Amino acid sequence: MPKLHWEDFRPGAVSVYGPRLVTREEIIAFAAEFDPQPMHLDEAAASATLLGGLAASGWHSCCLLMRMIADGFLLDSSSMGGPGVDEVRWLKPLRPGTSIRIRATVLDTRASKKRPQMGLVRFLFEMLDDSDAVLTTLTTTLMLGRRETGVPA
Amino acid sequence: MKYFEDIRVGDSIEIGRHTFTADDIKAFARRFDPQPFHVDEEAAARSHFGALCASGWHTAAVWMRLMVDHRRRESEAMRARGEPVAGMGPALGIRELQWLKPVYAGDTIVYKSEVLETRISGSRPGPGLMTLRSTGVNQNGDLVISFVSTAFVERRPQKG
Repeated sequence: MPKLHWEDFRPGAVSVYGPRLVTREEIIAFAAEFDPQPMHLDEAAASATLLGGLAASGWHSCCLLMRMIADGFLLDSSSMGGPGVDEVRWLKPLRPGTSIRIRATVLDTRASKKRPQMGLVRFLFEMLDDSDAVLTTLTTTLMLGRRETGVPA
Repeated sequence: MKYFEDIRVGDSIEIGRHTFTADDIKAFARRFDPQPFHVDEEAAARSHFGALCASGWHTAAVWMRLMVDHRRRESEAMRARGEPVAGMGPALGIRELQWLKPVYAGDTIVYKSEVLETRISGSRPGPGLMTLRSTGVNQNGDLVISFVSTAFVERRPQKG
């Protein structure tokens, strides 16, 4: 049985997951597969772009964030997936050799009207670098199973 | 890639299509989203999804790859005609990303992108900003993904 259910997430709760070192090799490997633009593949070409040097694809940042929250709490929860993401902002480039952490803040929670076994939790996830600068923010709603399925409160 | 000045609101393109295999779905999910319904057929069958389905980030990342490939083909055709090719800058972010239906193993998704807005960035004298709405539709005609993204596009060099 998973440990965490919808009831365990309280508005205002903050957790931090990581750190995780992001290597040059994985930045290039992700880009080669999903986002083969010079700014994500090659230092010399990247230095001529607005990013000013090699940086991870924004989609790679989202995927790293996903993996870190999966390991951080989702795999130990009654996760039922997510219907979408309100907003992702790529504020600063994610450079090779950066050690990242994810700060998760519960914004609000609500029961599902259609599915009594499910609740929704809206999160703000922030990717932080070594010096606590925010690189990426992601606001999203996750669906989680309820502990007391169908039992009236 | 066209220059900012040559991009029109309403321009719409089919950038490509992709078939998601069970092996692809599981390989991606083991790296980035190892929830049971993305990595294990039996666990997925017991979940509310009913069968193995792709991580939403996988569905989105495939759009990016198809868009990069589309722009490369477009740029090669422009160079072949002797036209100058614009540079594509980084993106600022995305919004209204919706995963509307699961993408199951064997599904083929057709991706389209449409220009919603073009504007000059107030803070930067250089590139313009282009906002796209992108969608993916499966073989049954169901919308499976939709999102809005904003990225920099190079402006046409000034004569003089």
